[in-house]
Amino acid sequence: MATTRMSMAKALNAGLRKAMEDDPKVVLMGEDIGKLGGVFRITDGLQKDFGEDRVMDTPLAESGIIGTAVGLAFRGYRPVCEIQFDGFIYPAFDQIVSQVAKLHYRSRGNVKMPLTIRVPFGGGIGAVEHHSESPEAYFAHTAGLRVVSCADADDAYGMLQQAIASDDPVLFFEPKRLYQHKGEVDLDRALTAREPLHQARIARSGTDLTVAAYGPVVGTALAAAEAAAEEGVSIEVVDLRTLSPLDFDTLEQSVLRTGRLVVTHEAAVFMGMGAEIAARITERCFYHLEAPVLRVGGFHLPYPASKLEEHHLPDLDRLLHATDRVLAY
Amino acid sequence: MTVTTDQMVQLLTPTGERRPHPVYEGLIADLDGAALRGLYEDLVVVRRIDAEGTALQRQGQLGLWAPMLGQEAAQIGSGRALAADDFVFPSYREHGVAYCRGVDPADVFGMWRGTSLSCWDPYDINMAIPAIIIGAQGLHATGYALGLKRDGAEAAAIAYFGDGATSQGDIAEALGFAATYQAPAVFFCQNNHWAISEPVGLQAQVPIYQRAAGYGMPGIQVDGNDVLAVLAVTRWALQRAREGSGPALIEAVTYRMGPHTTADDPTRYRPTGELEEWRERDPLSRMLALLQREGLADEDYLDSVRAKADAVAAELRAGCLALPDPAPLTMFDNVYAEAHPLVAEERAQYAAYLDGFEGSN
Repeated sequence: MATTRMSMAKALNAGLRKAMEDDPKVVLMGEDIGKLGGVFRITDGLQKDFGEDRVMDTPLAESGIIGTAVGLAFRGYRPVCEIQFDGFIYPAFDQIVSQVAKLHYRSRGNVKMPLTIRVPFGGGIGAVEHHSESPEAYFAHTAGLRVVSCADADDAYGMLQQAIASDDPVLFFEPKRLYQHKGEVDLDRALTAREPLHQARIARSGTDLTVAAYGPVVGTALAAAEAAAEEGVSIEVVDLRTLSPLDFDTLEQSVLRTGRLVVTHEAAVFMGMGAEIAARITERCFYHLEAPVLRVGGFHLPYPASKLEEHHLPDLDRLLHATDRVLAY
Repeated sequence: MTVTTDQMVQLLTPTGERRPHPVYEGLIADLDGAALRGLYEDLVVVRRIDAEGTALQRQGQLGLWAPMLGQEAAQIGSGRALAADDFVFPSYREHGVAYCRGVDPADVFGMWRGTSLSCWDPYDINMAIPAIIIGAQGLHATGYALGLKRDGAEAAAIAYFGDGATSQGDIAEALGFAATYQAPAVFFCQNNHWAISEPVGLQAQVPIYQRAAGYGMPGIQVDGNDVLAVLAVTRWALQRAREGSGPALIEAVTYRMGPHTTADDPTRYRPTGELEEWRERDPLSRMLALLQREGLADEDYLDSVRAKADAVAAELRAGCLALPDPAPLTMFDNVYAEAHPLVAEERAQYAAYLDGFEGSN
């Protein structure tokens, strides 16, 4: 297996390129994605190679981007929309939850909506407001949408192609603070040989408790597991990868082994992904849990000014504080 | 607020006299006596379909109905301008357009009866399912039109929306996107003067068609109760779209003579005399006057029109009443195109729950 070392940004770019080569119906749409290659350069060079018809710079209107993509999907295309920043997705919210999510259902399966909506999300990059948010729970809450998030370069490459190939609409949340993190990417492995898009994976095995994470905080969870190991505590880390559907089977198996669960994400804890995970795992594993499921995440406030974000974002110490509490039961 | 301008295209006066026009008259020069009779028959039939919808709702057979009374010419004129390959993105009041697309009349009623969320397979008649969210479909038409352009298809997409929808961002964005990419899209606004209880003056301070100029596309105001003028201007807009000359905005000035839906009461907001004023501009009577003027409306013909309307009404009534209630578990169908474990789990749980009732009987 020959792998190539590259950043997540480059892996996403390679994934888009491969998807466009494989299927002429794949078209990219978004603000500044052409000559500039996107503000994060994820679409770098693609307009040069595939033309303005397949890599479309759009007017600055998010509802317009998604609504136009809906029409293209009606016509048999597979649009891949870039929302420039997480906090910019709200003007498109109606098109996403009322149209994209429901058209297959409303049309009794006659109309397919194979859109992929790429959203650079999360904080930790010192940005101004509206540039660091984690809106994934809004979309996971909406039936008809699929929601995923990658945590390393190889998964970014594979999962993005899988999302584009899906006949369902997929919200693809890219952890923007990991864009420049490098990893080994297997560019030759067939999609069918990869983990299915909607399957969690055990990122690190352990026996004392499970930490479930996705996207930007998978690395934080792995670092916490590393630190805990020095104290003699064995943490299993589950990279959820998929938020809707959520792979409760893999998570349940892990919790049955460890008896304890901590869920972490950047989004606010209140009404967030962690709440759903805690409820379902409690239902499934009630007699096996040694402690209540704890959550570590953002607070119930608008994303704060960047000089405060280190306090808002779950970090190694807050995560270890929670694992200590869970182990103390 | 005065919404008509001296630019408004009219080829047929309210009293049924032909009005010459240097451009648009030529676009319907092919209409012979049979074609004129056909248009009148369409107007009568869709008025009858609409009346049947209202009656079925009043009789408790439909949960709701959105009457199109008064807007027949706007819908038949534009609907008959469409080619089979053109694709329609309607709002929820386009019963007349659906009729022109050849929809089975009974299929229109599933949505209003509550047996399904939609009415027809869009790809059977090249017409999307009705959009309830005001204006969302304008963008869908733009995207579909872009797809047509990429495919090199000589066809256009048309979006139908009302005057209320022109206040929505999605219509503004659709006009902008369509102009940017020169999409073969036609935006057909039926200005029926009322968005539920809100008059058009609350939506627009200038005639709606004039907005097109700001987006760099032609805008046309047409007498929406004049089926000939609507047919002509829609043909014009569709043809230039198909030929690659880009989008256009049509404002068809018409009037919603009934309520917004059967749940609405226009007597609470409609000024005294307004309805009567518009009755004098009725799209059916002016077309009948033309036929009479041209000796095309003998009793045999009028009998045949009545018979056609009776037959369509009887068919759709029977079809509506025959629509079966869906089985409970079908509500889990088609949430996703691909398997989704949460839906499967909830479906299985609910099936087991329902089975429990059967077991206890």
